[in-house]
Amino acid sequence: MKRTVVPFGPQHPVLPEPLVLDLILEDEKVLDAIPTIGYIHRGLEMMVERVEYTEMGFVVERICGICSFMHGMGYCVSLETIMNIEIPERAAWLRLIWAEISRIQSHLLWLGLGADAFGFENLFMHCWRMREQILDIFEKTTGGRIIHSVNRIGGVKRDMSDTELAAILVQLQDLGKQFKKTANVFGTDPSIAHRLGGVGVLSMEDARAVDCVGPMARASGIATDTRLIGANYYDRIELEPVVETAGDCLARVVVRMREIDQSIDIIRQAIDKMPKGEGMPLETKPRGNPMGEVFTRLEQPRGEVLYYVKANGTKNLERFRARTPTFANIPAMIKLVKGCELADVPNIILTIDPCISCTER
Amino acid sequence: MSFFSRSPWILHYDGSSCNGCDIEVLACLTPLYDVERFGVLNTGNPKHADILLVTGSVNEKNIEIIENLYRQMPDPKVVVAVGACACSGGIFARAYNIQGGIDKVVPVDVYVPGCAARPESIIDGVVQGIAALEQKRKKTA
Repeated sequence: MKRTVVPFGPQHPVLPEPLVLDLILEDEKVLDAIPTIGYIHRGLEMMVERVEYTEMGFVVERICGICSFMHGMGYCVSLETIMNIEIPERAAWLRLIWAEISRIQSHLLWLGLGADAFGFENLFMHCWRMREQILDIFEKTTGGRIIHSVNRIGGVKRDMSDTELAAILVQLQDLGKQFKKTANVFGTDPSIAHRLGGVGVLSMEDARAVDCVGPMARASGIATDTRLIGANYYDRIELEPVVETAGDCLARVVVRMREIDQSIDIIRQAIDKMPKGEGMPLETKPRGNPMGEVFTRLEQPRGEVLYYVKANGTKNLERFRARTPTFANIPAMIKLVKGCELADVPNIILTIDPCISCTER
Repeated sequence: MSFFSRSPWILHYDGSSCNGCDIEVLACLTPLYDVERFGVLNTGNPKHADILLVTGSVNEKNIEIIENLYRQMPDPKVVVAVGACACSGGIFARAYNIQGGIDKVVPVDVYVPGCAARPESIIDGVVQGIAALEQKRKKTA
């Protein structure tokens, strides 16, 4: 059988982002996939040499427009650890609430893109219609739909009033009810089960071997969740990692759907437990320049993200590094793509929830 | 509306944007904004497209991709630069791998500001792109 090479990307209808794979085919079967990177590389990490540490947070937020809040939070938490800043309690709870709202946003966005990849355009529209409600909440509370810029080193910039928080909770719980209908379609539609069930199966051993993170690992039965380390007030929240055991594309969809419900519940707990009142302190101003180094771990919608910050006592950091979840999941994607049918490639690529601008920065 | 005498088809390419503007371009297609009701279609094929919508700036590697996509589009064609990065390099203008806005590679007809550009302004940019398209058609006809 003659071998064919099909270039996939950088401009491809399924992907809004330039992911490049050379697919080596024999008939319809994919023998190998060779990724090429660099189409979206900006050199963001090296910008620490040119941008002061107080302003670098805004650059870090733009690593990725989908989990922008969490990137800003990770950067600020890293510097707070280096500079020994204790942030006000209310600010920490607000961060947690915004982080969970952005997780819901990211999962709804992904479910829509996933549905579009297997040709269910109606479902794509429904998911994105619900996502707009989340963006409305963001716009109301932070001022931005995509890039929020509410994180500061030492706290947050804006407060949400208690009545606003109560209204957000009602809105989210209502959204959760609406989402049940959509989740029902994902769960019961025979064509979806046929298209995703049993496709791209990643066993628990393989997932461990290639070091999967986030929903990808949880869909293969590994109960891993960086929120469980308890940093950033997650220790005050009751939290069970969402685990599925099938390891196929459908399981990865189900994990993300269940995480939407979980996040709504976390926000309910947080609003319940946070200190109430108006005009509480939100920011501890940083003094002087940072000195030292730190690793920070956070659970992003796509999985564990790792930041390394090294400061040398000047206004500019010496080194900033982010290991994003998509980077950790790409070996698993290459493993799954090998041996699958050409028609399944878009589905498999999308179920790892790739974020190329995170990966290449 | 006679203004939409011909419905433009759009080709979207993500230069090196942070995803923010891309997602907003996609959000234009979804129920709240729904540009498809005006006949604006998002196509994946440059040979079908009238308007090239580029988000993000130019870097070492995607420079030839943008040139290539532009070359493959049939005349008359219009380029819309969406977001601060596509207009000038934006916040990343100082990064080492960024060469600047996409006007370094292809001629740009409409600049849409914003970081991230809002769907309303993207739709406005496309509508202005249609006017530019109409003018170009009159010139060539």
